[in-house]
Amino acid sequence: MVSLTLGFAFLYLPMIILVIYSFNESKLVTVWAGFSTKWYGELLQNEAFLDAAWVTIRVAVVSSTIATVLGTMAALVLVRAGRFAGRTLFSGMIYAPLVMPEVITGLSLLLLFIGIGLDRGIVTIILAHTTFSMCYVSVVVSSRLVSFDQSLEEAALDLGCTPFDAFRLVTLPIIAPAVISGWLLAFTLSLDDLVIASFTAGPSATTLPIKIFSAVRLGVSPEINALSTIMIAIVTVGVITASLASKRASTRQQAEERAAMRTS
Amino acid sequence: MAESVFAPWNDPDEKPLIQFRNVTKRFGDFTAIDNLTQDIYAKEFFALLGPSGCGKTTMMRMLAGFETPTDGQILIAGQDVANIPPNKRAVNMMFQSYALFPHLTVADNIAFGLKREGKPKDEIAARVAEMLRLTKLERFGARKPHQISGGQRQRVALARSLAKAPKLLLLDEPLGALDAKLRQQTQFELMDIQEKTGTTFVIVTHDQEEAMTVASRVAVMDEGRIVQVATPADIYEQPNSVYVADFIGDVNIIEGTATPGSAGYDIAWAEGQSAFHAKSTRDFANGQRCFLAMRPEKVAISTDEPDARNKIAGKIIDIAYLGNISTYHVELPGGRMMKAQTANTRRLSRRTLTWEDPVWLSWTDTAAVMLEG
Repeated sequence: MVSLTLGFAFLYLPMIILVIYSFNESKLVTVWAGFSTKWYGELLQNEAFLDAAWVTIRVAVVSSTIATVLGTMAALVLVRAGRFAGRTLFSGMIYAPLVMPEVITGLSLLLLFIGIGLDRGIVTIILAHTTFSMCYVSVVVSSRLVSFDQSLEEAALDLGCTPFDAFRLVTLPIIAPAVISGWLLAFTLSLDDLVIASFTAGPSATTLPIKIFSAVRLGVSPEINALSTIMIAIVTVGVITASLASKRASTRQQAEERAAMRTS
Repeated sequence: MAESVFAPWNDPDEKPLIQFRNVTKRFGDFTAIDNLTQDIYAKEFFALLGPSGCGKTTMMRMLAGFETPTDGQILIAGQDVANIPPNKRAVNMMFQSYALFPHLTVADNIAFGLKREGKPKDEIAARVAEMLRLTKLERFGARKPHQISGGQRQRVALARSLAKAPKLLLLDEPLGALDAKLRQQTQFELMDIQEKTGTTFVIVTHDQEEAMTVASRVAVMDEGRIVQVATPADIYEQPNSVYVADFIGDVNIIEGTATPGSAGYDIAWAEGQSAFHAKSTRDFANGQRCFLAMRPEKVAISTDEPDARNKIAGKIIDIAYLGNISTYHVELPGGRMMKAQTANTRRLSRRTLTWEDPVWLSWTDTAAVMLEG
């Protein structure tokens, strides 16, 4: 019991302190001067933060969507195509970025963008995020595809579907949960990323993590606390909603299966 | 006069619906189908029977279009199907796992193939309703596959594969997941539906009883070849090889040497024992090695010495009482075992035979089939 409390304290105490201090009246982060929500108000006035947030969201949505499409395609090939020349190399190359230090990924992308003369900005961040989050998507989706009963797709073909229709009408709806969680994973990875973004971002576009990081170097302001609290709230609500929804779906499925057994 | 028997395979004018012409299928080094030639006729209920790995599923998957032959030709209604993908074939398949789409309702599963044809909505609805009626699933149209029982799922799979009214329906171990009672009932339903719809059925099974029950002809397969194709009765009564005789039902196999005699053959089978007598449609040379295949129910068992051409004394070692029949395992002189079966037609008969009893086994000249190997 004690160790559990200690463990949770270790995990969550810093965040709790951060949340508490975001409601601090004082400009000094470490001195409590009464409750106030003024930093939230100031945050909404801060154009630089709002711009960065907007960039971050656009980058996250676009890059995770592209990554989901590409990652799903890669997973399909890896799971379905059986053995072909270079399969091991291909799968190794898909998974390599998972273990590659981010600094190296970021640096190499930077060199590439400079090499081909692409101006750094929102496009380059999107490209960079797509590259690394695609691997995560393909891992998530291929783990679902492995257990996918391929005769379902054959049945669709047998009933007159073209291979594309079979994928669209049968495979995709069934693996949709994995594709969605792949998308969510890519989305959070992109929201979260500091290292790769700081290599590939340019003066025209800055993401929120970069903004926070550079702001903190000049000293932690209560505004940053407020911003972080908002992010914590969004993530918490998202996670709780997702887990409640999936739990509900699974209990309903079980209840229905039991009902089917009784009526048989 | 007897009504005409359904036997298109005996009619030289009949055009086969399916023709396998010297079909070979290899997976790497493994030969799944070995130079196989076979005709299947319209409205047949054709069973492919064999142990796992004999190539029966591969044959079916080639018909559906999921595998292509390495060599040879497959013709459906006279047309070479080599370059026709599965979605363009007038062939539907009922999968072993049923392969029902879990995200669609029962009705939508059945409608799936019809929607792909782009038929008008009311026509689809009418056909789905008809299929639901045919498979007695009217009450379950709105349910999802996980909300119905195994037997109902199996019927949905059947309805879905029949909805497009295919020329040919392939059934891959369709009843494997059902328990014995339900399976028997479904076998009769299958035959009924096959008759009603007039569809040609090709069924793959490893259950010989199932094949015998439903099929108009049974093909017994072994290692990529068809060993024998015949009606269930012929397969059982006139197997063409020891493999078939042994695979279908229970059998006594006695190896011996044939000598042509006055009426049929004398078969010397052991030193110091009098020869057995058998008639054969096949010719055997003097001194040729042969196998006598004899079904246990054609061997009579008695305590007194019977007046028969083929008889031998022995001792009961084991009795298997199965309710409707009893099988006696009898040891012959020299240690060879032989099985004899009697039907328990009376409820309270005196069962005089028991373990260790000396008994006589006897059979007629036509009871056994003489086989070359």
